Amino acid sequence: MRGRRLGPWPFIAPALAYTALFFAIPFVVMAVVSLWTLSGTALDMTPGFGNYIRFFTTESFFKAIRNSLEVTALVTIVSVVLAYPMAWILAEKVPVRWQRMALILAILPFWTSYVVRSYAWLLVLAEKGVINSWLMGLGLLNEPVQMANTRFATVLGFAHFFVMLLTLTIYANLKQLSPNYRRAAADLGANGIQTFIHVILPLTLPGIMVGAFLTFVLAIGDYITPQILGGSNELLMPQLIMLQILRKPDFPMASALSIILMIVVSIAYLACARWLKLERA
Amino acid sequence: MKSNHREVPARRRLIAWALGSTMFGFFAWQAGPAQAAEEINALVWCDHDDPNLIEPFTRETGIKVNLKVYEGTGQALSLIEQSQPGDWDVLVVDGIDVPRVAAQGLLDPLPDDKLPLADIFPPLLMEAQTVKDGKRYAISEKFGYNSISYNKEKVDPADMQAMAILWGDKYKGRIAIYDYYLPVIGMVAMGLGKKTADLTEADLPAIRDTLLKMKGVSKLVGDVATSQNAIATGEVDILVGGGEWVTAGLAKDNPALDFVLPKEGGVLWSQAIGIFAASQKKDAALKFLQYIVSPEGQARLATSSCYWAMPVNTKATLTDEQKKILRWDDQPGYLANSQLYPAPSAELDAKMQEVWTEMLQK
Repeated sequence: MRGRRLGPWPFIAPALAYTALFFAIPFVVMAVVSLWTLSGTALDMTPGFGNYIRFFTTESFFKAIRNSLEVTALVTIVSVVLAYPMAWILAEKVPVRWQRMALILAILPFWTSYVVRSYAWLLVLAEKGVINSWLMGLGLLNEPVQMANTRFATVLGFAHFFVMLLTLTIYANLKQLSPNYRRAAADLGANGIQTFIHVILPLTLPGIMVGAFLTFVLAIGDYITPQILGGSNELLMPQLIMLQILRKPDFPMASALSIILMIVVSIAYLACARWLKLERA
Repeated sequence: MKSNHREVPARRRLIAWALGSTMFGFFAWQAGPAQAAEEINALVWCDHDDPNLIEPFTRETGIKVNLKVYEGTGQALSLIEQSQPGDWDVLVVDGIDVPRVAAQGLLDPLPDDKLPLADIFPPLLMEAQTVKDGKRYAISEKFGYNSISYNKEKVDPADMQAMAILWGDKYKGRIAIYDYYLPVIGMVAMGLGKKTADLTEADLPAIRDTLLKMKGVSKLVGDVATSQNAIATGEVDILVGGGEWVTAGLAKDNPALDFVLPKEGGVLWSQAIGIFAASQKKDAALKFLQYIVSPEGQARLATSSCYWAMPVNTKATLTDEQKKILRWDDQPGYLANSQLYPAPSAELDAKMQEVWTEMLQK
């Protein structure tokens, strides 16, 4: 009886407590700190928007969010374009008894350390690395091209990781589709390409969107890949945040930058959620 | 069903094995501290995290040293702020930041009579930074230069004698810049004929322009690992801000890598070691500090696996080969021709960071 009176709260409470402790409270603290300023070495706790104004009026700071959005958008598009065919092949072309093995092989790169993988890419892309040596050996290049320490390297490093993630989400979506959809389309006279464009692709779009959103969120907050592979030739938001705290602990500015990053992620989430809701309706 | 029956004993065996291992691990862990009667906690740079440096001290004294490696004084100050007084016993810190840390009351005065001050290279005593009101709050333990590292098989060593080559077109696309604004801004200032100790906001426009020129001819700006990797793999041939700390450790595998102080000089960096004022184990901490600045400790620290650099103790027991790699004999001239890191006020520091950020974004 007592349990009935309490309703679902005993079940929800642990999740709520966890979210409050590890998200809501730290978030509020960060938001408050972002309104302070570091004056010399002392914290000025008078609330104000000085850090935000500095961000939007300093070109080199503002450029970081632009760089982050450009790189993340590129990573998301490249990852979706590469992951979809891979998931399709896994779900449709690989015999069922081999699919589990194929999935394990697909996610093998997840098993290596993220940092080690990034440094490995740096060596592969270097002027004396595997790719340049191979291209020059084949006579396709006369001199090595710069691939390491560029935006290209950052995007490649990210894509290597996120293609796996997207493959899994899209694969799960494809496997859930009833074969009857395809049969119905064929009955109505659609060929393979028409079935894919008008039936399969729209039905798997929610899976793509969820995977793309995860890619966007994880990539925009990542510090390691652009730091190792990008060669600091351009700063992304996480690098700019780190720059604020490495030598002088300017936590107010770092907090303001983190809040801005969170707002961008929230906008992306709202757009994704709205689209999914519209899709369902 | 059959397979389930088989699984049960296997699962039991697994559980028994896991419990056994856990118990063994627990008792082994319990036995560990018994061998080392005392423990101290040290907040250090990565070069201290080397068994070749720490184990001889623990063997000799029975004192176990727990290390926490950090990067950047800002990070160290945050870690200290998040800790309880007494959590830390020893601090290794950037030489120029000793006044900043001491002013916060974090460091305990050191007993001069128990330190080998007479054996330290005189410029490395750095009393302006380490001594306040007659009390010494830290002692230098290792030093080096932010200057030019280069591949002598790929560039003309004569060109490396003048700083202007770093922002000229001759080696365009073959230069990496070490991603730390203070030493590189210091180098640029020296290249422009300015003194690192006298820099003001008025000097920043010229420094900014030169930094942008340098960025224009460089291939990358990278942290320690990235820039070291770039010069080691031949991705670049010159590293601005490099020095013995980049090339000395690589010299065995790649003897073509070298470093030099150009005629304008180099930026002297140093790291210092001190004892926390709130430490409850000051005797053990002092023993560790004495070991680090002793001839044996100095040789081990200078050739640590993370990076090599010059020992401050003139009696460090380095081999002839190690001395050659570290350019031991050039030190008097190098020290005379080097300037300290810029030590800007907080306001100037923020301006310098803005200039640096602008350079990175170009």
